[in-house]
Amino acid sequence: MKVLRLGIGLAIVFAASWALAQGMADKGATDKRRSGTQDMGEALQKMQDDDTANPGMLFVQLGGQLWGKAAGAAGKSCADCHGGAASMKGVAARYPAIPKDADAPVDLEGRINLCRTANQQAAGFPPESRELLALAAYVAHQSRGLPIAPPDDPKLVPFRLKGQDLWKVRQGQLNLSCAICHDDNAGRKLAGVTIPEAHPTGYPIYRLEWQTLGSLKRRLRNCLAGIRAEPYAYDATEYVMLDLFLMDRARGMMLESPGVRP
Amino acid sequence: MDHQMDRRRFLAGTAATAGATAGAIVVLPFGSASATPEAMAAAIRKVVGDTPIREGRVSLDLPPLVENGSTVPLVVSVESPMTEADYIKAIHVFNEKNPQPGVFTARLGPRNGRAVVGTRIKLGDSQKIVAIAETSGGQFWSARADVIVTLAACLEEAT
Amino acid sequence: MANVLVNAPKTAKRGSVVEIKALILHPMETGFRPGPNGRIIPRNIIERFTATWNGTEIFDMEMSPAIAANPFVSFFAVASESGTVGLRWTGDEGFVVEERVAIAVE
Ligand code: HEC
Ligand code: HEC
Repeated sequence: MKVLRLGIGLAIVFAASWALAQGMADKGATDKRRSGTQDMGEALQKMQDDDTANPGMLFVQLGGQLWGKAAGAAGKSCADCHGGAASMKGVAARYPAIPKDADAPVDLEGRINLCRTANQQAAGFPPESRELLALAAYVAHQSRGLPIAPPDDPKLVPFRLKGQDLWKVRQGQLNLSCAICHDDNAGRKLAGVTIPEAHPTGYPIYRLEWQTLGSLKRRLRNCLAGIRAEPYAYDATEYVMLDLFLMDRARGMMLESPGVRP
Repeated sequence: MDHQMDRRRFLAGTAATAGATAGAIVVLPFGSASATPEAMAAAIRKVVGDTPIREGRVSLDLPPLVENGSTVPLVVSVESPMTEADYIKAIHVFNEKNPQPGVFTARLGPRNGRAVVGTRIKLGDSQKIVAIAETSGGQFWSARADVIVTLAACLEEAT
Repeated sequence: MANVLVNAPKTAKRGSVVEIKALILHPMETGFRPGPNGRIIPRNIIERFTATWNGTEIFDMEMSPAIAANPFVSFFAVASESGTVGLRWTGDEGFVVEERVAIAVE
């Protein structure tokens, strides 16, 4: 049985704490965008910032071990072709991207699986599998502290625009769009939770609710389920389009992977 | 206090009635798989026997408002010289509403220098947490804390 | 593959008290949760965490299913002499992981 655990009623009651949150944001620099990290309490921010307390770092470590392990018919490890971790610096900051000779964009996990199948000649990792997440976390960690920098590839534009449409469309039984929550009501409280601005700065994240690492896709599926919309299939391009839109919206913000979220 | 419900059921209940109640709190009795204040008291008795438990010397550090109950940082610190003659032998932590009352028992000694233990625990609901420290002389000291677990929106069931 | 992160100082003054923090990858499955098929997922937890200093036990923790997934433990130790801190986690399904860190005491 699949129960949608929905912590929100139909009428969304926003608390006055919004004004406070805005006031604090205004004190910052001219860039008023806030990473979800800033919406968390002190205990969780400390957990994210301390590499030996952030459980996401266990997956980065595992990813590092997998990076050096030969796999598939090619008998090659990631390291055999790419060398050390330094080769991945900045990569996560510019994904999703369109692979050479392809027409459609892939997200970071998709790119890793492409190397699994085409370059290692092994079976792709299932979505949200520990291996895939660990490798994604390892790769993304190499971009920690770098600004999000989506590529200028004109072929990406139509996909990004479709992502923007998806962001604005009302959907689900609650008939809400992503924008209503994350643009219009960010910083306000929803059933005790601060609505973040939805910047993909920390992915993959260690979400306490999941008690494990998870991808942006899984996070988006949670939001879709929350408004009682049928989440897109795991391999749907909709996620990549939304990812493209979100990365563009967060252009210049710092990557913090692996993030911790409640 | 109308906080006696199991979170999972609370959320399922909210979803089922969301149309009618517009976000009102639905109170359900918590299931039999939860420890109760009585079960906690019994578990504590098992550890301390007939020795009286005194308040003090122990501090229990938990965030008062927890953003998600599945990983709650907790630190127990006990005042003690931690010498061969006078040290904290054990720290026990109990809770009221998880399925089992015992959370952990740590055994320490003078080699620790400080009687401080930190970990992260799961809390299914807002509840009382009790820490009890046992001294080398056989005394028991305690502290308690009330934790409020806020509900997170847009949750998913384990799939 | 064992996945453990240990935070302990590499060096310490003789007699000082140092903090040791350890994090390990483990689901801490409670044994109370139904899985996707509706059946209870069997309990799979770490039951015990033990620390030694040059082979002598200095700290021990008995864990319950109420300890969060990917358990984190922090405790203190007197830096009495240079040597090795041994950490050991044991639990259900024959789980055993050992990790060692060296601390030089000056
Ligand atoms: C009803 C309001 C609501 C709607 C509609 C909604 N979300 Fe969310 N979203 C939330 C809340 C609340 C959180 C934070 C959840 C938490 O911390 O438990 C969140 C979290 C997120 C995050 C994670 C941000 C971070 O810091 O890691 C992203 C990304 C996101 N949403 C994207 C979307 C997208 C894309 C859509 C549309 C498909 C959407 N959301 C629709 C309420 C909403
Ligand atoms: C046989 C060699 C080979 C192996 C093995 C291999 N890759 Fe790749 N990988 C490549 C090549 C070649 C490219 C660049 C393709 C292109 O130019 O579009 C690439 C691209 C990538 C990229 C995108 C880099 C960028 O700058 O956009 C990532 C991330 C990546 N690989 C990760 C991995 C991981 C993780 C593994 C191990 C699971 C792996 N690769 C294994 C050859 C390999």
